[in-house]
Amino acid sequence: MILLAAEHFARAPQWLWWILFYFFFAGLAGGSYVVATLLRFSGDPRDEPAARLGFYISLPATVLCPILLTADLGPVSWSRFWHMLIDVTPGQTALSFKYWSPMSVGAWALLLFGFFAFVSALEAWASDRRGHSLLPAAGNRVFNVIGALVGLYIASYTGVLLSVSNQPVWSDTWVLGGLFLASGLSAAAALIALLSRYRPAASASLDRLHQADGYFSALELVLLAVFLITVSAAGTAGRLVPWLALWALALVGVSASLVGARGHMRMQPSGAEAAVGRVRVDTVVVGVLVLVGVLAVRAAVIFSAQ
Amino acid sequence: MPLEIKPGESYGFFTDTSVCIGCKACEVACKEWNQLEGNSPTFLADSFDNTGQLDAQNWRHVKFLDNVPDQSLTSGNGTAWLMMSDVCKHCKHASCMEVCPTGAIIRTEFDTVFIQQDVCNGCRNCVAACPYGVIGMNQQTGTAHKCTLCYDRLQGGLEPACAKACPTQSIQFGPLADLQQAADVRLATLHSQGVTQAQLYGRDDAVYGGLNAFFLLMDKPEAYGLPNAANAGLPSRNDLGGYIAALVTGVLAVIAGLVAFRRRVTP
Repeated sequence: MILLAAEHFARAPQWLWWILFYFFFAGLAGGSYVVATLLRFSGDPRDEPAARLGFYISLPATVLCPILLTADLGPVSWSRFWHMLIDVTPGQTALSFKYWSPMSVGAWALLLFGFFAFVSALEAWASDRRGHSLLPAAGNRVFNVIGALVGLYIASYTGVLLSVSNQPVWSDTWVLGGLFLASGLSAAAALIALLSRYRPAASASLDRLHQADGYFSALELVLLAVFLITVSAAGTAGRLVPWLALWALALVGVSASLVGARGHMRMQPSGAEAAVGRVRVDTVVVGVLVLVGVLAVRAAVIFSAQ
Repeated sequence: MPLEIKPGESYGFFTDTSVCIGCKACEVACKEWNQLEGNSPTFLADSFDNTGQLDAQNWRHVKFLDNVPDQSLTSGNGTAWLMMSDVCKHCKHASCMEVCPTGAIIRTEFDTVFIQQDVCNGCRNCVAACPYGVIGMNQQTGTAHKCTLCYDRLQGGLEPACAKACPTQSIQFGPLADLQQAADVRLATLHSQGVTQAQLYGRDDAVYGGLNAFFLLMDKPEAYGLPNAANAGLPSRNDLGGYIAALVTGVLAVIAGLVAFRRRVTP
């Protein structure tokens, strides 16, 4: 089915490993913050340890993002990373912001999100140390909501950035922003569940994290199908073929998440100790598969065009 | 009478591929003036073309297209290789300029598209956006490079080196309006001679709002590696769809998260 035989003569930008891992950690950073905020909003005090874990994950993942982006600029230009924010045109120095360029908006969003991730992680750490929040509950919630909105952008804009180009595959679909967001949220839920092994109090939220992961993965699966349809309609689906192994890994991750969610939805919240033990083994397996799958889906998308 | 080059006026190239002989004088003149070292010599086994592509070291590239029938069509009207001196198109609506996050890519006082080397930080967003594969990365400078339409020569009142060197007037430089007029006359002449396949590319605004470096082609644009009007989209065409998809996903994901995290059993 070729509805629009898109022809591309663009050169590949050689966005490779640094960018792949940037996309991965951007999804994790934004996703973890969003999941943590949702836990704080929808859960009860028993979910607070898992929520704080989410804020803890978000900070280092956010810190890695500009490092990876700067490394991608190469050994000569890396020191000009700040040109993303400030236009240094001689005689016309000004802030650089183009709302129609996802890379420009993303640079500012990353800076802004760094502030939210830092404050929320600090707040979580102080709350762990003192036993209660440093900030007034209402103020903290408003702060989290705003941070989560920026987090949603951070986790999704990387896909929009790829689409806003003239590259085959990337520019032939409008679904990449949604796909990266759903998979980033899935990775975040899986990682929080995985790391709850080292924070026993957080395992009270384990079933819910798996359930949320399953919902996010179901969204991801739908978006993967839409991605395939749109790229096929543009006549560039052939470029996906060499990367079938990566697509298969992505599907394994989604499947693991769905199976894990189904298993945990059947469990009773007051399950026996033995049941909790099984959960932890499941969680490790599911978590690793989901994370590998999320990395694979980004790798498959990035490499398909290049 | 020498051409007077004035800031504030639109300048460009009209490349008439019907008279290109593939001598590559334009490539050499470009490298000479712009002090481009060139890539290491390679044998591409592809016609007489060992340049391969436009990139950071090749700002002019003579394409040789030999995908034509071996047999002559009619006596005196033999089908020959198509040759075309390719270059940055200096698009009116430039994809590279649209996406550049640093403001490095500007439109000059001569209405040409120019990459400021001291502003560019090598993000390669312009490389991903350019629909013509014009821009390349210079590993020594870590920045994006392409044809400047000899910005420095224009500032000095000189025509670009490639146009100056072209022995057949295949590459013509001048005020855009004059070039468009000359192209119309040339096209009419070719059509009157029965060369009906001749067509102008980038002369009007159908492709990227019009090209300051436009062409007379002897085949359809795709044959030369140029997107036709249907495929000539700006990167920003995907902004709205991309963000809407992300927004819908975000709303659904937040609802899903709130449902998943709600407490259903009170201990």
